[in-house]
Amino acid sequence: MNPSPSRPSAQRTKSTISIKRIMPYLLSLPALSICVGIIIPFFVAVWYSTLRYRMNLPAMWGFIWFDNYIQFLTDKAFWNTVWISLLYTVLTVGLELLLGLGIALLLRKRSTFNNAVSIVLLLPLMTAPALAALMWKLMTNPNFGILSYIVGLIGLTDFRWASDPKTALLTVVLVDIWVYTPFIMILLLAGLRSLPQQPFEAAALDGVPRSFVFFRITLPMLMPYIITASLFRLLDSIQQFDVVYAMTQGGPGDKLMVFQVQAYLEFFQYTNVGRSAALLMVLWLITNILSTIFIKNWLRLRERARGHA
Amino acid sequence: MDNVSPIEKVLKLAALTLILIFFMFPIFWILLMSFQTNETILRIPPSIVFEPTLSNYEALIRGKLVSTAGTLDIAFMSNLLNSVILSTSSVILALLFGVPAAYAFARYKFKLGEFIAFTLLSFRFAPPLLVLLPLSLIFQKIGLADTYIGLVWVYQLIALPLILWIVRGYFEDISPDIEHAYRIAGHGWRKTFLKVAVPLAGPGIAAAGLLAFIFCWNNFVFALILASADKQPVTVGALAFVTASGIQYGQIAAAIVLSATPTLVIALYAQRYLVEGLSLGAVKG
Repeated sequence: MNPSPSRPSAQRTKSTISIKRIMPYLLSLPALSICVGIIIPFFVAVWYSTLRYRMNLPAMWGFIWFDNYIQFLTDKAFWNTVWISLLYTVLTVGLELLLGLGIALLLRKRSTFNNAVSIVLLLPLMTAPALAALMWKLMTNPNFGILSYIVGLIGLTDFRWASDPKTALLTVVLVDIWVYTPFIMILLLAGLRSLPQQPFEAAALDGVPRSFVFFRITLPMLMPYIITASLFRLLDSIQQFDVVYAMTQGGPGDKLMVFQVQAYLEFFQYTNVGRSAALLMVLWLITNILSTIFIKNWLRLRERARGHA
Repeated sequence: MDNVSPIEKVLKLAALTLILIFFMFPIFWILLMSFQTNETILRIPPSIVFEPTLSNYEALIRGKLVSTAGTLDIAFMSNLLNSVILSTSSVILALLFGVPAAYAFARYKFKLGEFIAFTLLSFRFAPPLLVLLPLSLIFQKIGLADTYIGLVWVYQLIALPLILWIVRGYFEDISPDIEHAYRIAGHGWRKTFLKVAVPLAGPGIAAAGLLAFIFCWNNFVFALILASADKQPVTVGALAFVTASGIQYGQIAAAIVLSATPTLVIALYAQRYLVEGLSLGAVKG
């Protein structure tokens, strides 16, 4: 910080300097305590993942190095979890990106109507995902659910949504889309509206075709926003728990055993602490790679937002 | 770009109508259900014409469910109270912890600061169960299991990164010259922080606080793992309620409406800041 132009006594300068030096540490001490509070259980989890640790069989407790991980290689349930999680993530983020981009483009022009639409579209995003799942559960109930009735009208009489192994994943994906599409929409809309106008004006003057404008101007300029929004969603989606758990608890069968649901059941139902921790470590590894990429992009976007301010 | 053909206008309007139906219909329909008795809910074909009743809300507020099988005591209102307690105290704690730290990170470059900021950020994106499951065992050992304090502590995982990064951005946007001038006038750093920096970043702090409140309120998994029935917020309570009440669909709908209303109202009120909050300060609305 700048030296003070007023001339205090030598002693006062000295004490201000030492306060100045420790002040940032003092201010961030409480936040640091939270940080430590997270890091300790994290390392405990790493430790658990190397143990044979079953709460119902305490006698079996033992350090087994990476056996939990090695067992995953030949474990069908593990590969099912990986496959379902990937499928869920790709489907949700892909569809949400397309839909969110479409809506953002429709609402691009600032007008009272467009702004009102973009505000009400936020409501699903602000609904707790667990509650959203319950809402859709009520709507897809086979006895009285309005959606069951509607698909019945178009001839799909025995359509059982989340309780049918064939349609369970699609139903949960639909709920995810309902909740999270507005997230992508709102970020891309903000991105679109912050783009410089000159390239578009120049293109309009030259009579450039609109598909060219979209693919060669809009999309490339919007790319940082698209990447940040998608990575954000990828990170959340691969860890999805609330929607899946509230809707089907991972069922029917193992059709919706995404990472965190599987780990939850492993811990509480089978009391297999070691295996549950190892499963979560695998997920952590995936999210850690993704979040490293994400944070890089996010920082760049943040710098840009600050620069424009 | 302005000379759009009428066909295009119609298509655009049609698309927007479909989008609005898809995103608004579930909220509308659950709201309708919450004012219906089981008889009108179970009608086929479903209809939006019915005689509205407040009996579902009444049953929830009185805590007694009346069904064909008899009456059942439910604690839904205490779930609602738990949500208020947990979310409010979590946000207050996160503001007390986060705002000074955000100020320090914005004004001074120091390694520990960057470490804290990025550790909290990266745990924002780590699987919550990874930390929660060991914590549930640790909490049992140190006596924090099933306490508000333990839960509020863990809720910092949601609230603190949000507040830290958004408020840091607001502090960075304020020129330090204003603070220097105030300091030169003979005021101490504490007064400078409280009387100059915090008020200038006020809107950002308020917005971050409201958003953190929404995210804490909407959280499900923390309390599912760390809280027993009498400490559970509405998100977990509503799920338990579905299992307990069985076929009282109108009451389930009313419980969902009561649980979701606070966040929706806050979201509408704070919508100007949502873009910035949702992107943790990376995109400005």
